[in-house]
Amino acid sequence: MPESTVILNDAAIQRAVVRIAHEIAERNEVSQDVAMVGVQRGGVPLAERLSRVLAGIWGHPVPAGKLDVSMHRDDLDRRIAPDVHPTVIPFDITGKTVVLVDDVLFNGRTVRAAMDALNDFGRPKSIQLAVLVDRGHRELPIKADFVGKNVPTSHTETIRVVLDEAGRTDEVVLEKP
Amino acid sequence: MTWNRKHLLDIESLSVEEINTVLDTARAFKAVGERAIKKVPALRGKTVVNLFVEPSTRTRISFELSEQRLSADIINFTAEASSLKKGETLKDTARNLEALNADFIVIRHSASGAPHFLARVINASVINAGDGAHEHPTQALLDMFTIRERKGHISGLNVTILGDILYSRVARSDIWALTKLGANVTLCGPSTLVPRDFERMGCRVTYDVEEAIREADIINLLRIQHERQRKTMFPSLGEYSSFFGLNKARLALTKPDVLIMHPGPINRGVEIDSEIADCARSVILQQVTNGLAVRMAVLFLVNGGKGPQGVAG
Repeated sequence: MPESTVILNDAAIQRAVVRIAHEIAERNEVSQDVAMVGVQRGGVPLAERLSRVLAGIWGHPVPAGKLDVSMHRDDLDRRIAPDVHPTVIPFDITGKTVVLVDDVLFNGRTVRAAMDALNDFGRPKSIQLAVLVDRGHRELPIKADFVGKNVPTSHTETIRVVLDEAGRTDEVVLEKP
Repeated sequence: MTWNRKHLLDIESLSVEEINTVLDTARAFKAVGERAIKKVPALRGKTVVNLFVEPSTRTRISFELSEQRLSADIINFTAEASSLKKGETLKDTARNLEALNADFIVIRHSASGAPHFLARVINASVINAGDGAHEHPTQALLDMFTIRERKGHISGLNVTILGDILYSRVARSDIWALTKLGANVTLCGPSTLVPRDFERMGCRVTYDVEEAIREADIINLLRIQHERQRKTMFPSLGEYSSFFGLNKARLALTKPDVLIMHPGPINRGVEIDSEIADCARSVILQQVTNGLAVRMAVLFLVNGGKGPQGVAG
């Protein structure tokens, strides 16, 4: 029977999102040039929330897009083909500060793929990275700019994020095998 | 989603879930084709051989462009300019291509079952681009994609396939796909080209073209395959056109939102009137666009099927 611990509950997730939004606002003075891009799938609801909170802080809409990275992964021939979800970036990213948003930062390969995928849409002025949970074990020189919670994990553990799913309470759960 | 296959050989052996996986994946690849940069690195470093032992233009071009958009390296191998003309067997040709470390072989062959044979004797992934009168799975998948895109669903739709069914691999693959996905399939054409046998595949056969098209949501027209017909199956093309061709008078009998499909190449004035081929209800050119997305999805999926499974990302 796997053992699971709730590491962020509903309220803690919302506090983390609001804090990250304020950190993003503090870091980026020219707010008109900032856009959120959520990595499919876990990053998408998070990017939408950040965009809403930031719109409240800045007093203008903050664009949010979604990015699927499966076609840019480096492990495609080592696994079953991943599910591909739509990429929707309804704004020009060239010259913008793009905040990539994902739920969990692990080995960093998804973020590398996301940066490559983003390049096909334009040349952002800069890319920043926001994640809800950083669980360590990086395999690439990648670091998040904004972190909701650092959670030391072992390789065998998994992190499950429930966010904006119908009929379920938001939570982040650490599962030990 | 579910896809564990290394090859795409036919529609007959696919499950409904597998068909839907291809269609869902293709939707994302269609979006890639609409971007300024239409290329993704998914098959970077992989080699694809397009082994077209039977002539083909549109399917070969569609596969070739799909492969390029996935960043694969491509070798084109056609019957006219190959060692097959010099007496080499298919197996030896394939072994030679494999010795070049080809990862994928896309094969078009006049013999039914040639792709299945290849899949048994070599290690590369095999994709059937049409084998004899047997199957043409990527055509059926792009047809399903086009129907789903335009109608939102496939289940419950009335689909009429009109024309040369007997010699058509497209018809067989479409019938498999449509019946699996819950469409009501009607076949119509000259009785010599539409044997009653097809009722065993779960479709209705009729020789009354007006009745066949009246309630149709989709009319899929098939070309008369002169090259496959060993003897005359009907008196003349003119007669075929007047008895079974889709003309204005017949189109007037159909539902206002009927979709006209055709796998191409079309023979204007034979199975379809020229103005109908170009009318708003015709999705013939959308089929061509969607073919790219579907073929990219198929290559992407069979590539994944090769590795150890369930490696977490």
